[in-house]
Amino acid sequence: MHVNPYERFWMWAAAAIIVLFFGTIGVGLLGQGIRPPSHVETIDPQAVWSDARFAERGVATNPDGSVTVTGITLMFAFQPAEIRVPAGRRVTFRLTSADVTHGFQIVGTNANVMVVPGYVSQFTIVFAEPGEYLIVCNEYCGLGHHAMMGKLIVEAAP
Amino acid sequence: MTTAKRLATAHVGVAVGAFGIAAFMALMQALSRANLDLPWRTARMYYLSVTAHGVLMALVFTTFFIMGLGVALTTSALQRPLRFPALGWGAFALAAIGTAGATWAILWGKATVLYTFYPPLKAHPAFYIGLTLVVVGSWLWSADIIATYRAWRREHQETAVPLAVHGLLATIIVWLIATVGVAAEMLFQLIPWSLGITDRVDPMLARMLFWYFGHPLVYFWLLPAYVVWYTVLPRVAGGKLFSDSLARMVFALFMILSAPVGFHHQFMDPGIPTGWKAFHAFNTLWILFPSFVTAFTVLASLEVAGRRRGATGLFDWIGKLPWSDPLVASVLLSMLLFAVGGFGGAINASFGMNSMVHNTAWIQGHFHLTVGSAVALTFMGTAYWLVPRLVGRELELVLLAKVQPYLWFFGMALFSFTNHVTGLQGMPRRVFDPGYLGAPAADQWRALTGVSAVGGLLLFTSAAFFLLVMLGTVLAGKRTDNVAVEFAEPLDGPPARRTVFDRFGLWVTVAIALVLLAYAVPLAQHLQMERFGSTGFKPF
Repeated sequence: MHVNPYERFWMWAAAAIIVLFFGTIGVGLLGQGIRPPSHVETIDPQAVWSDARFAERGVATNPDGSVTVTGITLMFAFQPAEIRVPAGRRVTFRLTSADVTHGFQIVGTNANVMVVPGYVSQFTIVFAEPGEYLIVCNEYCGLGHHAMMGKLIVEAAP
Repeated sequence: MTTAKRLATAHVGVAVGAFGIAAFMALMQALSRANLDLPWRTARMYYLSVTAHGVLMALVFTTFFIMGLGVALTTSALQRPLRFPALGWGAFALAAIGTAGATWAILWGKATVLYTFYPPLKAHPAFYIGLTLVVVGSWLWSADIIATYRAWRREHQETAVPLAVHGLLATIIVWLIATVGVAAEMLFQLIPWSLGITDRVDPMLARMLFWYFGHPLVYFWLLPAYVVWYTVLPRVAGGKLFSDSLARMVFALFMILSAPVGFHHQFMDPGIPTGWKAFHAFNTLWILFPSFVTAFTVLASLEVAGRRRGATGLFDWIGKLPWSDPLVASVLLSMLLFAVGGFGGAINASFGMNSMVHNTAWIQGHFHLTVGSAVALTFMGTAYWLVPRLVGRELELVLLAKVQPYLWFFGMALFSFTNHVTGLQGMPRRVFDPGYLGAPAADQWRALTGVSAVGGLLLFTSAAFFLLVMLGTVLAGKRTDNVAVEFAEPLDGPPARRTVFDRFGLWVTVAIALVLLAYAVPLAQHLQMERFGSTGFKPF
């Protein structure tokens, strides 16, 4: 197959660019442990309020000082609607949905996860900056989608 | 008018009609985004219009236009009629009936589930059945194009198939592999569930099946645009195709790389292990390769055109191109927007970075550059070239046709840039009111949503110009005999004989193997988990 030398050069360059992209993902994945929330755990969506894992919602401090936030998303609210966590600590969110699929996004951070009924979403994050953050639903869930919001308050560590 | 031309005209007619309704829906969304207090502005109307816009633009306009274009290009390039004309009309009728059913359900407020229709949001059965009929219609169309190709192949054993048909067959192969996923979702999950035959549906399985379909869907849209870029644009611009064989390589790569990538839409989903998401992320990045090659070949073909028009310097060939030709302007501007969209796509695919943009306004900014510009603007430009040849009339209201691509370009630049920025600021996509009760975080994006609305107004004006030109041409264009559909010649002459890129069976086999590699294990693992399923909800 005849290929023009310039185009041949361009194809090698394009392949090199793509390999470079691989590299950036690989460094993030293996070197820094950056990975999207990919927890695998199921739950009966009809019984989330009574399920032992979600019966108590809110913020719990673990013996090692890290924090676990347990929450439920529903049309059109986050339960709990206000979350207080300490800055600089590992915060693990455990979320599930009582009805349709919702999004859970903390504006100004990279906390962003789908909350799908029948599944438990879980991810861990450290909030460096104290302050008040807006939580929004970013997956269409019905006529009140845009009104579905919550508040995260990151408190300076004592 | 031949049967093929009549059939192609009917398809393009439905496509343009769907485009018109969808563009009007977009105008309502733009005004809503600008927070104008209009009397009919309600959340119900907004989400209904988002659903109608998405379904009619992304699924109906594209599919019908591609079916029409496919009939016109195949019969012209192979210089023979459709193998089974009745099958072609049956395909059209089925898809049209399906479109009517789904559109009724949407406009009557019974299917406000957006065009992704994630369960357990539950729509009227007519919505699911209607969309399924559109897909079945497209399968019959595919069968007819393939049968026409095979009839030609029997008489031309060792000839390379014309490049336009090569690209269309690649489109069809991508589509047939992709639609297996959405057909399974519709037939085994959503239709029985919406009819009340089954009680519960697994939302994660539905998402996996949808995105198995949803990403190759974008190549079903894009490949016909590439066919125009490779086989029509160079001729209209006055040049030749720079490399025929690399164009075939590009189409072959799309056949195998389009499908094993769907999890990159689900990076933020629970229930899918990290390793499989990473595998799909790596697969996704390879799809950049054929598009990089396309950028070179198409630009080199344009340089050939510019030099044949008298350019001698390093860059003056750009100015020599016929920027006032509606097809050429549409494609050139759509390529400019697509270059930006491609970089955005690489960011979306990049695993970790995706969490900054997932389901934010960035995403709608992104796909309005890709499907909304590279595809839609190319299709509009193609319509200016194709419709006069189908109906045997000259293009009417030519001035509007010349201005329209530029309006689209500037409108889309405003709309898309602001959506990328507000997305990075954290604004979610598809929200009726992005104000969030005056939350400080929402303040930063409030001004820019107004700018995106201005972009929306320019886009609507552009769409209206397109509709006027189409109507004017069909109703009042001067009759002409200049109706030949002709293709660009390769610089090195047509290929002597069929090459490995023409061996479609080979590429289909590789494609299926890659799909199994990417999906068999995670799907099997998923089905073995204890899953509960959801009953339906209608919060609209």
